[in-house]
Amino acid sequence: MTREKPESNRDQPWLMRTYSGHSSAKASNDLYRTNLAKGQTGLSVAFDLPTQTGYDADHPLAHGEVGKVGVPVGHIGDMETLFDQIPLGKMNTSMTINATAAWLLSLYIAAAERQGVKQSQLQGTTQNDIIKEYLSRGTYIFPPEPSLRLTTDVISYTVNQIPKWNPTNICSYHLQEAGATPEQELAYALSTAIAVLDAIRDSGQISGDAFSNVVGRTSFFVNAGIRFIEECCKMRAFVELWDQLTHERYGVEDAKMRRFRYGVQVNSLGLTEPQPENNVQRIVLEMLGVTLSKRARARAIQLPAWNEALGLPRPWDQQWALRMQQVLAIETDLLEYGDILDGSPIIAAKVEQLIRGAEAEMERVREEGGMIQAIETGYVKRQLVTSHTERMRAIEAGRLKIIGINSFTETAESPLTTGSDSGIMKVDPAAEREQIERLRTFRATRNTSEVEQALLHLKDIAQSGENIMPASIRCAHAGVTTGEWSGVLRNIFGEYRAPTGIDISTSKMAGSDSVANLRERTRKTGEMLGRPLKILVGKPGLDGHSNGAEQIAVKARDVGFEVVYEGIRLTPEQIVKAAEEEGVHLIGLSVLSGSHLELVKDVRNRLEKVGLAEVPVIVGGIVPPEDETNLKAQGIAAVYTPKNSDMNLIMADLVDIIREANGLERYHALH
Amino acid sequence: MLTSSRFPDPDSLAAAVVDKDRPALARALNLLDDKRPEARRRAARLLRLLPQGRLYQSGHLIGLTGPPGAGKSSLTAALITVWRRRGLRVAVLAVDPSSPISGGALLGDRLRMLSGQVDSQVFIRSLACRGEFGGLSAEVWPMSLVMLAAFDIVLVETVGVGQKEIDVSKLTDTTVFVAQPASGDSIQFLKAGIMEVPHLLVVNKADLGSTARKTLAELRATLKPAGNDNDWQVPALSASAARGTGIDELADGIEAHRAWLLQREQLGSRRRRFQAEWLLKRLDEEFGRFGVEALGGFPTLLAELSGSEDSPFELYDQLQQRFLSNWQGGLGGSRFGAKDVGDGE
Repeated sequence: MTREKPESNRDQPWLMRTYSGHSSAKASNDLYRTNLAKGQTGLSVAFDLPTQTGYDADHPLAHGEVGKVGVPVGHIGDMETLFDQIPLGKMNTSMTINATAAWLLSLYIAAAERQGVKQSQLQGTTQNDIIKEYLSRGTYIFPPEPSLRLTTDVISYTVNQIPKWNPTNICSYHLQEAGATPEQELAYALSTAIAVLDAIRDSGQISGDAFSNVVGRTSFFVNAGIRFIEECCKMRAFVELWDQLTHERYGVEDAKMRRFRYGVQVNSLGLTEPQPENNVQRIVLEMLGVTLSKRARARAIQLPAWNEALGLPRPWDQQWALRMQQVLAIETDLLEYGDILDGSPIIAAKVEQLIRGAEAEMERVREEGGMIQAIETGYVKRQLVTSHTERMRAIEAGRLKIIGINSFTETAESPLTTGSDSGIMKVDPAAEREQIERLRTFRATRNTSEVEQALLHLKDIAQSGENIMPASIRCAHAGVTTGEWSGVLRNIFGEYRAPTGIDISTSKMAGSDSVANLRERTRKTGEMLGRPLKILVGKPGLDGHSNGAEQIAVKARDVGFEVVYEGIRLTPEQIVKAAEEEGVHLIGLSVLSGSHLELVKDVRNRLEKVGLAEVPVIVGGIVPPEDETNLKAQGIAAVYTPKNSDMNLIMADLVDIIREANGLERYHALH
Repeated sequence: MLTSSRFPDPDSLAAAVVDKDRPALARALNLLDDKRPEARRRAARLLRLLPQGRLYQSGHLIGLTGPPGAGKSSLTAALITVWRRRGLRVAVLAVDPSSPISGGALLGDRLRMLSGQVDSQVFIRSLACRGEFGGLSAEVWPMSLVMLAAFDIVLVETVGVGQKEIDVSKLTDTTVFVAQPASGDSIQFLKAGIMEVPHLLVVNKADLGSTARKTLAELRATLKPAGNDNDWQVPALSASAARGTGIDELADGIEAHRAWLLQREQLGSRRRRFQAEWLLKRLDEEFGRFGVEALGGFPTLLAELSGSEDSPFELYDQLQQRFLSNWQGGLGGSRFGAKDVGDGE
């Protein structure tokens, strides 16, 4: 090992985390301590959807969602359990939390205080980027204006009280998931940063000198896709644009405060369900995109597990993801060199091109009146849906090749997915019931008058416009629940439904004979049934990942269906009411949170009650094979998962399902 | 092949709709949308069986229209909240454009009309306008009538700019135009007389402040004061669906127009005229201009249809029968003359 460089000359590796949390605070605490023992250097907390959207575990909308995509944290007791025996004074914790970020940070601070740790010692990150929630992730609660106020409250508070905290992680990650091109990713993330920083500057909570600290603490959360050279260039473009923006717009003189600091989760959109083992090399290559260039290297990385497209990863899958990072950081010589991309004219030209493209798009956002306006008018969402639709059309037409999806689809059976657990983890179905029991016990044992006082105070503060944090920390100590905290703010701020962006124009070109053929089938079948085919696309539950549902809605419109699109966060009761009023021929439900069994059963029962048991129901989402069997046994007409990537075949199937339900024969296969 | 057993029985359906049965109303709307001959026969009977008094004297048919992005759906949602607080039951017919290329449509209005609570006293149906020349689908009128049989208020929401959108004023008692702040289009259309003047103008998004106030001032400037007591003075209001302000006033203004119509006994006559126009349009569709001429021509038929105390659907059936028997009775030109038709049956 003569070529080995001494440890001291190597760069420090980035923070290594795994995005995790499930079932309960206790189960997640066990997992965190195991992961730390395996060499993970930070924590990344995944909260369940009720926690992210401000509902207690016993709220009707929470049904089926508790502990599914993350850990439920309903009150200070849960937060203490979550970090039991983990010294918060030393830990670096990232929390993926947005609409309720102020609340979860308050609980974190209160839990730390109960460990005897001062808040000024805390280190970590709250994602706290509400703007992208309207565009892609969907866990917003309030309208943009009060949401932005909560964001700026957290930033102002931490800059003064918790100097090592990253109060907001502006996310371009979810924009790429929603279909953004690199230029769009750059433009919208930076436009978001401008909206947030302008709001803080204008709020008057920060004195002039401290403003450069706010800029310095602003970090980003970025996606890295499979085109890893371009991704390297994208990161270098980010570094340059941010340096320039913070200098020119905000007058930050200290170059250290203008550094582009970011964490990464590599791309999940490109992970495939067929031949899922290929995702391992995809993840490793994507990691190169954010590590090769030293000047633009990530500060923290979390990798998805190879089986994310199949379901929830097991501890072993997460360990594998962590080991990929460790091999790159510790075994390879990556950290021994300066920036290996400096001086390459090809890289420089690509970076330049991305910067130009991003600047042009930022200008368009400015013309719309800034990022908030551009979201409210639906401009940004339309751009994203257009890009995503373009991507889907490219895959469909074979212009964009994905191994295992539209090329090299032949495969031997994988030993990875044939085990007794099918290669994924199942959340204990008792988790929700147990969480509700714990919540009720907690409510029964707290001091009611303290809770009421704290909530009244919170209400006053929310109305007055003062910083929300101190009142929220008081609520945390008093034993207020997540649903109660959010409820007070819901009453004052109101709730919001974002534009869907699906009002983009129909693809003019039929694109292929298949599309022309499909339009003909849809039209003819409509004529035979007396009226145009009408379908309802809805997302029951709290999961806000609306990309799949939106793509189905746009595609169905493109082939001639009349599509009632109801958007996200619907109760089964609302979906059934819509199906009844609209007189649809078919109902499509999209669920990605793993709550499909509970939600679908609820919808079916209610349909039966209003005499609509005959209307066929299809389900799309991340559904493991045995659940698919189970759903079909319940009478679900079809289940579509990420492996059904040919949208034309899905559309042809929808027509046939409607035909069969109405006593007509199926058509021949499409191709 | 489908059998007629799949078509609903119009007699029991009409009774159930009048009884405010929600699933029955949904089935009735499906039937009115159905183009198959058997369905159309049953639909005609269904309409005939609805209580005529209710259809021509009570309830309120409201058209809400304006350019895309003006916030019509959010305003509708806010109005629903006010009406529900006043104890009124509300049905909405939300009309969206179809894609001329694929024939498909995205019907996304309910999304913005949803509130947290599921309310069985509110009924929303989305309808694609299916490229109908002149803006609105033929289904809008009969669907509104069926909804009126079961609800206190029926609101028809349509999109568009200029003359087309205002078509909804030919189907409703009261037309509300929602203007977008800082968009001069509607003002230009009003000034140029391209757009018929609605009964109420409302500038939404009052929360935008000065731009909204400026638009409101410009709109007010285009409105002429009422010439005499018999003229309806068009109010220009401002509201914010996002903040919930000005909505009560808007609801009051809409109600005031209905009271004004009732006072002048215009509510029933307007609806009968719309009804007659719709029937004529249907006759025109089925038999063409030649057929309409054969039955007496537009003006004669319009007078006959709107003056009749009978159900116009009855009349329509009679006219249809008359035309068919004329046709089957021989092809001599004189049989199609207006004189024959005028004799009636």
